[in-house]
Amino acid sequence: MWKWLHPYAKSEEAYRLAGLWLPWFAGFSLISFTIGLTWGLAFAPADYQQGDAFRIIYIHVPAAIMSMGAYSSMAVAAFIGLVWQVKTADMAVAAIAPVGAVFTFIALFTGAAWGKPMWGTWWVWDARLTSELILLFLYLGVIALYNAISDKILAGRAAGILALVGVINLPIIHYSVEWWNTLHQGATITKFAKPSISNDMLWPLLIMIFAFICFLGALTLMRLRNELLRRESHRPWVLKLAEEQDEI
Amino acid sequence: MWQMFTGVARRELVSALRRRADVLNPLWFFMIVITLFPLGIGPEPALLARIAPGIVWVAALLSSLLALERLFRDDFIDGTLEQLMLMPCPLGVLVLAKVLAHWLLTGLPLLLLSPLVAVLLSLDMSTFMAVFWTLLLGTPVLSLLGGIGVALTVGIGKGGVLLSLLTLPLYIPVLIFATSAIEAASLGVAYNGQLAILAAQLVGSITLAPFAISAALRVSVN
Amino acid sequence: MLEARALTCVREERTLFRELSLRVEPGDLVQIAGPNGAGKTSLLRLLAGLSRPFSGEVLWQGEPIQHGRDGYHAELFYLGHQAGIKHELTAFENLAFFRRMHHGQSQANLWQVLAQVGLAGLEEQYAGQLSAGQKRRVALARLWLGGPRLWILDEPFTAIDKHGVKVLENLLLTHTDAGGMVLITTHQDLSLCAGRVRTLTLTPSLEE
Repeated sequence: MWKWLHPYAKSEEAYRLAGLWLPWFAGFSLISFTIGLTWGLAFAPADYQQGDAFRIIYIHVPAAIMSMGAYSSMAVAAFIGLVWQVKTADMAVAAIAPVGAVFTFIALFTGAAWGKPMWGTWWVWDARLTSELILLFLYLGVIALYNAISDKILAGRAAGILALVGVINLPIIHYSVEWWNTLHQGATITKFAKPSISNDMLWPLLIMIFAFICFLGALTLMRLRNELLRRESHRPWVLKLAEEQDEI
Repeated sequence: MWQMFTGVARRELVSALRRRADVLNPLWFFMIVITLFPLGIGPEPALLARIAPGIVWVAALLSSLLALERLFRDDFIDGTLEQLMLMPCPLGVLVLAKVLAHWLLTGLPLLLLSPLVAVLLSLDMSTFMAVFWTLLLGTPVLSLLGGIGVALTVGIGKGGVLLSLLTLPLYIPVLIFATSAIEAASLGVAYNGQLAILAAQLVGSITLAPFAISAALRVSVN
Repeated sequence: MLEARALTCVREERTLFRELSLRVEPGDLVQIAGPNGAGKTSLLRLLAGLSRPFSGEVLWQGEPIQHGRDGYHAELFYLGHQAGIKHELTAFENLAFFRRMHHGQSQANLWQVLAQVGLAGLEEQYAGQLSAGQKRRVALARLWLGGPRLWILDEPFTAIDKHGVKVLENLLLTHTDAGGMVLITTHQDLSLCAGRVRTLTLTPSLEE
């Protein structure tokens, strides 16, 4: 009996657990976004060189950090899915990928917008920006592969393998791009060259990073819950859930 | 196991030699792409020699991509792939044999064409040697990494474009180090560092790619 | 001995069968029956280890098959919808390849085997030039090479003429008499094997 219930019970359990954590992640991200943005945009001192334009780092840096963070958590989920054959983990890969891609896009977009006043052009082949662009390609690959396979169980496994291949390649790509950059451009303006950032600037940044982490968690959990419902839409527990929702 | 490795590799080579067009067309494509560049940007030897590394390697990436599909596609359609997966031998070994045969048919010929390329792009002797070495070390990496992409997309009806989207980003490190080796050679600087990194990539992908390819095949053949 | 425990197969979010258990002992000849789309092929592919069940497991000699793949595959002959024959190779070369790969100890004379399946005179033809039935015969010729004890045959009689079917049925009987195991799907009646065959009927499962 337990064996029969097991595979279904697991996704129901996962759905419930995700629902339990969701408000915490959502709440923390909302609070820290509010604090971080107000502090960073309104109260933190302006940079003596870059003026107010520097304030874009409160979006750019957390998005860039979490675009990498999302990829590594995706790879961890893929590893769990591949080794222990946990289907929910494969779903998590599919749930994280678009969020990570959007973070990467935000990092690229804000990077370009920042580059305009700083470098006088929208795009420079800076090592960080280039790596970020390639990261976006890797994300898009995972998403495209997942969408191209119609059997979603297989699609999740395939996307997981690709995510793992990507995570092994990512450091190599990153290193090679950095090396290529120093070779071709000499010393460019590195944005984070100043190691001593004043505390008034640092605190809102840390809060924003925390906000992005929670935001990633919340979005992933929401997407995971949707995916669970969609995939198991004809299972008894989902039907029961739908009926309960109707009554309310 | 060795017997199985050679068995698979031999069958690949024999059947490919009986369908020569599949082998020759990517090479033909490689040459055409290289011809297009002088037509597009002008025939000054100095200019050509300056951008030669990029031309050679972008052409090599594209032609490798073009040839990749036949690595597993035919086998998937006629059922030999599932028979391969049911052999009493680790799938990774058989996959490696297939990739090796594929490289012998698509990567190695590029090496044979490289003197011709050197003439067309007015490369001097030392630059030509760099082209040769980077192709020798780099093209097997392309076949191995590409194999992962094919294995992932072979079950999808029209996987061609998707295959290139998945595979090309993985090719970037090879592209960077190979072109920089050629460039160093053209400037008369030592480039064994770049070659060592390419060799390391080759060793890494020989050890890891067969696992990824077999895992991907087990998903695609389902 | 092949054993399936509580296999559930889900394809494209559709449950084909659920909680299917079966045992195949030496000497068994099992026919999987059922209408189109009931999951016969999916079941055979699960048993061969080509695809992974949604839940449940397949055991060979009491060991899950993914733990001892090579050992299991050495004992297994699987024929799917596609014959698995390379078009660019001749009939003889195709069979020789499989003997080298899969039937290591086989001393069988390949010419004789090919003659037995009715391909005498066609040995040197490229498989691409053979008819569908002849291609299938090349694949089925592997049954005469010996080696694997478990035969999983998915519609082996497709495109095979009446006489060929008789010969094959006789071969299935000799194999099971010698302690072999056969799992087969077919839409034809196994008339010669009538007394021996066990039938497992899959009915399309309705969602709860």
